Amino acid sequence: MNSKRTNPVIIIVLTLFSLACLIPFWLVLMISLADEDWVTVHGYSFWPGKFSLVAYQYLIEDAEKILRAYGVSALVTITGVVVSLFVTSAMAYALSRKEFPLRGALSLYILITMLFSGGLLPWYLVYTRFLHVQDTLMALIIPGLIGGFNVIIMRTFFTNSIPPSLIDSSQIDGAGEFRTYFSIILPLSLPVMATIGLFTTVSYWNDWFTSLVFIQNEKLFSLQYLLTKTLMNASFLQTIANKAYSSTAQVTTPLESIRMAMAMIAIGPLVLVFPFLQKYFVKGLTVGAVKG
Amino acid sequence: MASEKGLKRKGFWKYRALIVLALPGVLLMLINNYLPMFGIFLAFKDLNYTDGIWGSKWIGLDNFKFLFASNDAWVIIRNTLLYNISFLVINTLLAVLLALMLNEVKNKFASKFFQSTVILPNFISMVIVGYIVYGFLNPELGFVNKFILEPFGLEPNNWYAEARHWPYILTIVNTWKGVGYSAVVYLAAIVGIDSEYYEAAVIDGASRWKQMTKITIPLIAPIIIIMTLLAIGRIFNADFGLFYQATMASGMIKETTEVIDTYVYNALLVTGDTGLASSAGLLQSVVGFTLVVTVNLIVRKVSKENALF
Repeated sequence: MNSKRTNPVIIIVLTLFSLACLIPFWLVLMISLADEDWVTVHGYSFWPGKFSLVAYQYLIEDAEKILRAYGVSALVTITGVVVSLFVTSAMAYALSRKEFPLRGALSLYILITMLFSGGLLPWYLVYTRFLHVQDTLMALIIPGLIGGFNVIIMRTFFTNSIPPSLIDSSQIDGAGEFRTYFSIILPLSLPVMATIGLFTTVSYWNDWFTSLVFIQNEKLFSLQYLLTKTLMNASFLQTIANKAYSSTAQVTTPLESIRMAMAMIAIGPLVLVFPFLQKYFVKGLTVGAVKG
Repeated sequence: MASEKGLKRKGFWKYRALIVLALPGVLLMLINNYLPMFGIFLAFKDLNYTDGIWGSKWIGLDNFKFLFASNDAWVIIRNTLLYNISFLVINTLLAVLLALMLNEVKNKFASKFFQSTVILPNFISMVIVGYIVYGFLNPELGFVNKFILEPFGLEPNNWYAEARHWPYILTIVNTWKGVGYSAVVYLAAIVGIDSEYYEAAVIDGASRWKQMTKITIPLIAPIIIIMTLLAIGRIFNADFGLFYQATMASGMIKETTEVIDTYVYNALLVTGDTGLASSAGLLQSVVGFTLVVTVNLIVRKVSKENALF
């Protein structure tokens, strides 16, 4: 690389690109902070002429639904990620052992799941008619527990980064497979566990589709599904905003800013942790880009 | 027991612990992937819940006849293919361009900052994307109508009711959400290029532009080709979230926004037409499978080590 300085044109283009990625979030934030009367006249803007925190007050007064949805999302995400990491890594470990006689058969078994799917209807019927998990948290957890691609990434990691002699020597010392897996493999696999764990966390946290398909009971709405309902269904939005101020009926409920305030409450935690997670994401992408 | 002896001979018994470790994964895949595969025969049945899945009547290809008799089949196939093709072309071109630019940034802090921001949209949920689109396109209050169209004296658009705008809107949204991710994957490939190539090129007096066109692009071409071929294998699968959330599931713009995935969902859970849902679903699976296998054959011809299987 000959020149030490970056071409200013590139910096300008990249700055514009970054702004394009950030500005939409800014718009949502500003709508959530805008005064309802001002918005009704002027519309959504990047800098509302009049600010107001009323939307957030509404949400705090009537926080029950949102807190519950946060709880459902957190519970599903934590359980899902922990169980998923265990199941995925255990299967990947078995596959990584060259002498394991079922290695070929299991690889094929995984590959087929990546190539062919039965489609939505049979999948739906298996969950509702066979497992009978509709309207339970299990319906939100089970579908995300295993993915062929993640198993293959982990298997590749185990094969490349854990010397077979290490496994041999632990077994000569009398450790069984379980002991080897728990006290040798897992501690050495933190990088890949962190990467896959983060990706699984994001997909559980962001999931709304399984709720859309399987959940009717309002008490089991996850955060993303509550948001889906609030976005698409004006009367559902009204029920979110209802309780606290219904007695002082004169004031118009700032529905539009409440909607966007809800979005901000969901985005908030992600934006706060993102800078810390970002290095893992980039590392994970690189892992993901290298085929197993 | 004799069978146990047989197992011992094959060495299975010796590896029973490994089998136990793999078992939860095997069972989950059975439930999540294999049992539904057996359900593909539902496409040839007139499913009704009182007779049960097994008791329902076989009707041959009637579900497919019905699907293709309506105009729906052609519309959803056309939409799915056209969207995926344009997403693929635009995303690849922009992502490579972005990766090349990111690679030029020398300042470490700036480089980190740009990478973080362009990839941020990838990690938010499609629901939030739906909110953002709504913020811009809300017919009465949205930013585009109020602050772009009105000041120029243009008529405000009722976006969620006008089908013709959506190919552009969805393409922009898809690019916004996905291009940073692809760019970082390509950037990782660029960073992995041996620096000796560039050193040699500099000695020969190659400019930055020459280095980019004669070294970087040829060396990352294989990964671009592979990512493209893999995407072609998925060309019959639409991103349900994008087409459901960004459009707010508006029925008035179906002409340009209905894709196979949203169609199957609607047939199954909104209108309850399981026949259409299963025939469209099977069509998708079969074409998808054929495409993946064909593409893999091509990849194997191009570069063996990059083939999926």
